[in-house]
Amino acid sequence: MSENADQIFVLLRHWIVGFLPAGLQEIAGVVLSVIAIIAIFPTLFALAVWMERKGLARMQNRIGPNRAGPFGLLQPIADGIKSLTKEDIVPLRADAVVHFLAPVLLVVVVFMGIAVLPIGRNMTLVHMDSGLLFFFAMGASTELSVFMAGWSSRNKYSLLGAMRGVAQMISYEVPLLMSSVAVVMITGSLSLEKIVEVQNQYTWGLPHWYIFTPWGLAAFVMYATAATAETNRSPFDLPEGESELVAGYFTEYSGFKFALFFLGEYVGMLSISGLGTTLFLGGWSAPFAFLGWVPSWFWFFSKVLMSIAVFIWIRGTLPRLRQDQLMNFAWKFVLPFTLLDLFVAALWRFMSDGWARWVVCSAILLAVYALMGGVGMSRKHFGLRKYRYAE
Amino acid sequence: MNPLTAYLLVAALLFAIGLAGALTRRNAILVLIGIELMLNAANLNLIAFWRYGPHPEALTGMMFAIFSIAVAAAEAAVGLGLVISIHRHSKTTDLDAMNRMKG
Amino acid sequence: MSLLFYLIAALTVVGGLAAILLKNTVHCALALTVAFAGLAVMFLELDAQFAGFAQILVYIGAVAILVVFAILLTRNAETPKDGVYSRNWFAGLVIAAGVFAVLGWAVVHSTRVLPHETAMPAVTVLDIGNALMGRYVLPLEIVALLLTAALIGAVIVAMHEKEGAK
Repeated sequence: MSENADQIFVLLRHWIVGFLPAGLQEIAGVVLSVIAIIAIFPTLFALAVWMERKGLARMQNRIGPNRAGPFGLLQPIADGIKSLTKEDIVPLRADAVVHFLAPVLLVVVVFMGIAVLPIGRNMTLVHMDSGLLFFFAMGASTELSVFMAGWSSRNKYSLLGAMRGVAQMISYEVPLLMSSVAVVMITGSLSLEKIVEVQNQYTWGLPHWYIFTPWGLAAFVMYATAATAETNRSPFDLPEGESELVAGYFTEYSGFKFALFFLGEYVGMLSISGLGTTLFLGGWSAPFAFLGWVPSWFWFFSKVLMSIAVFIWIRGTLPRLRQDQLMNFAWKFVLPFTLLDLFVAALWRFMSDGWARWVVCSAILLAVYALMGGVGMSRKHFGLRKYRYAE
Repeated sequence: MNPLTAYLLVAALLFAIGLAGALTRRNAILVLIGIELMLNAANLNLIAFWRYGPHPEALTGMMFAIFSIAVAAAEAAVGLGLVISIHRHSKTTDLDAMNRMKG
Repeated sequence: MSLLFYLIAALTVVGGLAAILLKNTVHCALALTVAFAGLAVMFLELDAQFAGFAQILVYIGAVAILVVFAILLTRNAETPKDGVYSRNWFAGLVIAAGVFAVLGWAVVHSTRVLPHETAMPAVTVLDIGNALMGRYVLPLEIVALLLTAALIGAVIVAMHEKEGAK
């Protein structure tokens, strides 16, 4: 029974595809999976938008939207209707083709990244041997869309926001990749399904998720920091800060294109949370062995939604980082720490199983963290500020 | 027209286009764009020969292409750094204007 | 040859042509990105998945952004006044056409080239990893050294000069 509940979507697809002639079955199966993804993730996007507005509101001691339905649950639908009916203004001197293509590129690339995530047991859309590499390749292409949006608007604020955004995304791309390389090294494969399978084992009822190992916890924290910066979320949201740059690189977008950018940003957040869940939190595996009867896709989506809740929580709590502080942090702290984490993961792999490796790895990581955090980040320049102008 | 010939012709065409770009444009950055196109055409050549050659399991072509991608990225970085530095000095990236040895 | 190959080849060639013919430099860089994407799809068609994804990650994710930043930092986003082609553009065109003629003739007239239409053994990332750490470890280390040197060199070349040295 639980096996059926777990595989319900796979069986459903198999049943629907069974009605078609044999030649069309494979392509119909793929089309059905794509339709499912295009239906599910925007729904999750609506849920995330609602969670964000209510969550931020409660953290700021107010109520948030409560008129558009019970508890404001229909607010995202109202927002969607509003943005679809707004006038689509393109500035006169803007580059029309590039201005149109930027949100399209963002949404296409973000949805392609979701294709390799294992949403449940046997529920990956595309089984790729190098699935992780494909995901990061798609992530790298989102930077281009940010730049295209900022440049094509022919607006100084947009350009400034775009250049800051691209610089930030490039700086945090390397720590993002490096923290996943530690996982790949221990698993021995770039395939996301294999990474989840390896984490699906249980010792004394507790799972083998990578976040429960010292190097995994450090890598997860670095990954979460880099993911927050990659998706331009607070506290790294200077490129699109409302109080700083009007709206940053999407100042000149209105109506449906703005809705597409919004969709692209939130679905990007969902997909990078999905990858973080797959790499560190065990993907679709249950937290305890006796909970294995709950369907696997339920665990995946609940972990992704919990990650989104943590994103929203951090947004409501921490102040924004200035651009140079942000990039300083990336190159001088996060990147060296991920390299050290790679070394510690190798040490973990080669020490034999037991309590010794836990102690050694945790000790190394904590000592370096305290050292770098204390010494490296404490250069406070008091006194007159030195300005440097762009040439 | 077997598949290998088709891929090699596309690579040759891209190479010629990149060469034309590197030789005819005025802006130094466009010369670098032409060079990148030429390197990509060579990569396509390598991968096509790897796929349709005698020993694809030896991975020679793929390795060569991967190292070529890495080296091309390094060269693009240094080249563009040079262009930025020259622009800072002489306020132009026009190659026709840089025809004197005196800086 | 399949329809997909012709479409992607046409897209790549058009992207390359646009990259060298357009007047606006940023448009050229974006057309170059389209050419890179077309090449990545061609790599995937040739069963070179790792090379295809590495192409997208490195070229589109880094080199294209680098080119665009360089264009913006040298303030070349506006169209120049006296033409974008250099004085002796015709000679360049003739040379490029000559090179294409020679290469095309050599490709079409070689009869010793026999394509392997047989199914290829699937190349996994494990094989690539083993090759990189086994047979190709020396090029790997040299490329690492080269990249470090290029990194330091690019930073030094593009750094602001000290005020006194001007």
